[in-house]
Amino acid sequence: MHELIRQLFVKYFRNRWLETAGDAAVLPLESGHISFTTDSYVVDPLFFPGGDIGKLAICGTVNDLAVTGALPLFISVGFIIEEGFPVKDLESIVRSMAVTAKQAGVQIVAGDTKVVNKGKCDKLFINTSGMGQVPEKCIHVASADLVKPGDQIIISGYTGDHGMAILSQRKGFPMKTRLKSDCTPLNGLIGTILEHINQVRFMRDPTRGGVATVLCELAEGRSFGVLIREPDLPVREEVTGLCEMFGFDPLYLPNEGKVVMVVDPAVSSQVVDIMHRHPEGEHAAVIGEIIDENPGRVVLETVTGGRRIIHMLTGEQLPRIC
Amino acid sequence: MKYISEYRDRIWMNTLAGQIASCRDMEVTFMEVCGTHTAAISRFGIKTLLPAGIRLISGPGCPVCVTPVGFIDHAVGLARQQQTIITTFGDLLRVPGSTTSLEKVRAEGADVRMVYSVMEALELAHRYPDRQVIFLAIGFETTAPATAAGILCATQEKPGNFFILSAHKVMPPALEMLATEGVSIDGYLCPGHVSVITGEEIYRTIPEKYGLGCVIAGFEPADILLAILMLLRQVSEGNPRVENAYKRAVKPQGNPRALAMMNRVFEPVDTTWRGLGMVKNSGLELREEFASLDAARMIGIDLEPSREPRGCICGDILKGISKPADCNLFSKVCCPENPVGACMVSSEGSCQAAYRYEQYG
Amino acid sequence: MCLSIPAQVISVQDDTAQVSVSGTIYTAGIQLLEEVREGDYVLLHAGFAIQVIDPGEAEETLRLFKEMNQSGEG
Repeated sequence: MHELIRQLFVKYFRNRWLETAGDAAVLPLESGHISFTTDSYVVDPLFFPGGDIGKLAICGTVNDLAVTGALPLFISVGFIIEEGFPVKDLESIVRSMAVTAKQAGVQIVAGDTKVVNKGKCDKLFINTSGMGQVPEKCIHVASADLVKPGDQIIISGYTGDHGMAILSQRKGFPMKTRLKSDCTPLNGLIGTILEHINQVRFMRDPTRGGVATVLCELAEGRSFGVLIREPDLPVREEVTGLCEMFGFDPLYLPNEGKVVMVVDPAVSSQVVDIMHRHPEGEHAAVIGEIIDENPGRVVLETVTGGRRIIHMLTGEQLPRIC
Repeated sequence: MKYISEYRDRIWMNTLAGQIASCRDMEVTFMEVCGTHTAAISRFGIKTLLPAGIRLISGPGCPVCVTPVGFIDHAVGLARQQQTIITTFGDLLRVPGSTTSLEKVRAEGADVRMVYSVMEALELAHRYPDRQVIFLAIGFETTAPATAAGILCATQEKPGNFFILSAHKVMPPALEMLATEGVSIDGYLCPGHVSVITGEEIYRTIPEKYGLGCVIAGFEPADILLAILMLLRQVSEGNPRVENAYKRAVKPQGNPRALAMMNRVFEPVDTTWRGLGMVKNSGLELREEFASLDAARMIGIDLEPSREPRGCICGDILKGISKPADCNLFSKVCCPENPVGACMVSSEGSCQAAYRYEQYG
Repeated sequence: MCLSIPAQVISVQDDTAQVSVSGTIYTAGIQLLEEVREGDYVLLHAGFAIQVIDPGEAEETLRLFKEMNQSGEG
């Protein structure tokens, strides 16, 4: 996927914002900066414990804006609907989008709908684009340019819930689980932190490819390395059990309601504290730090104290997860 | 998690690694035979906890890795037949055959489904009486009894459209072959879950005939370190024998009921192991009584001769003669998204383990 | 391939048992075991319970580690 993006899309669409490869592009205007992002949603199944494709679409775009330090403002929505898709399901999804948008404080200001013949798309695909305003103090966040050795890495809670919740709903999954997707807007949590803290260096939401992929993207081509400690990664016990059973690695599981932050060590415990007091950050934890050694790489310290290098996820560990 | 977390406690890692460190002057090579051990050793970074003189090499204990190309070709051929559902464990989907894989033919429209248990395959047979449902039975003694239980159920329920294609294998003949033909080793880390079924007896002849210690090991990092420590002690005492470091799961007599079921349904047959070639009495074939459930005997099919991919040295890797890094294709051409040989496809294969869990330092 | 994992038996019915892997429930075949009771921990593999985990032996192994740890310090 990364190769396709680099070799085809960036090649043709090349400009300095695309090359920064952040979750959203931070764009200068006459005055100030806006954040602008787009995403398409093809999750299967459409309805899952904890949400649906509509909620996912709004949260995904709001979160992509929020992690650039932006205040999310406006969303556009495009629907591609397979002929015969039940209206009541569509209504349920649209209602869910409205509720989520209200919760996140964003306005849906533009949209488009296409209906295609049966078999030409799988039930429903949604595209959302979003815009937000980036305050001056956060312009560096998307580019990670101010990240340096000693900085601490924090995750806002349990990783892997979304990935496993989706997997457990797939046809043929033989187990019964109570797992729910963690799908939620993060701009409330992030906004609260940015209100009190100036030394946030970098943020990402670990969606497809999980925490490992986000950290590999951070480290790639840099003069610093990343160290994470496996025992410190918060994982719900049920997710751990499923991972052990099916050979999944929680580091690569997608999330739809978590943020990974890199912060100045002086504010690290304050950030975790603020998160703990917020409903979306109850299980936040420091999971590692930026290091001088192994520039460009992510090193995992395993439960045994042994170490190994973490790579970007190649191929699909779990297809159609978002 | 009970019976897992306790054996990952850092205190025990340090304790065991400390004891092993006192053997730092020893130069020994142990072979771990089981694919799940290969994956665990890499995943937990076990090698980084051992002194330089203590080497671990992987053997042919990954059931996917030793499945010959011909078996994949056979499965692909069956998948292409009309009204056929192929059911398989996950890893087999991406293993390259001579020209294609199950995953690729699925993308072309063949009905190939991943299952977690033979019972799901049997259930599909009941649900789709107009199709032939074939279960690809791979695995060692850990898994063969489960397939046997499925066969016995099918014999009672008589769906008439349920078959298995067996690539089941048993360990002892391969262990003997490695002791005589493989790279020089000083002991075996024996497969814990195979031993759950077989018990300790199957390893008896290895120390007797070849002077190689056999320690049955579990899969948590503390289990593996304990087994390595026990092997080191055997070597320094000059007393190779069979020992059990996984007593909470492995009884001396194993699981006689499971073994009996396996032997009731299957009989030993000569079979090809990818990389090792023909190993006598190392395969499991359905007994004549159950022949009506054997896809190999019941379903006619024309197959082209199989061919191994060029440049692939999975065979030498499986024997412990070469390491993944020795292969010209490793990580340049052959990688998890584009595997050439089975060792790269399987999550328990040496090459995927080496690629994914690149060791630090 | 399916790995083997400890699971706790929640209830037993004829040839199957409901087992829990940290809260996720699976219906496992128990034909390969002589006896399985509620509360037992079994090793789950390819959809079947292949052995009951012996709590006494499990404790014994941990006791061995503890002894090693103490004698290492001593």
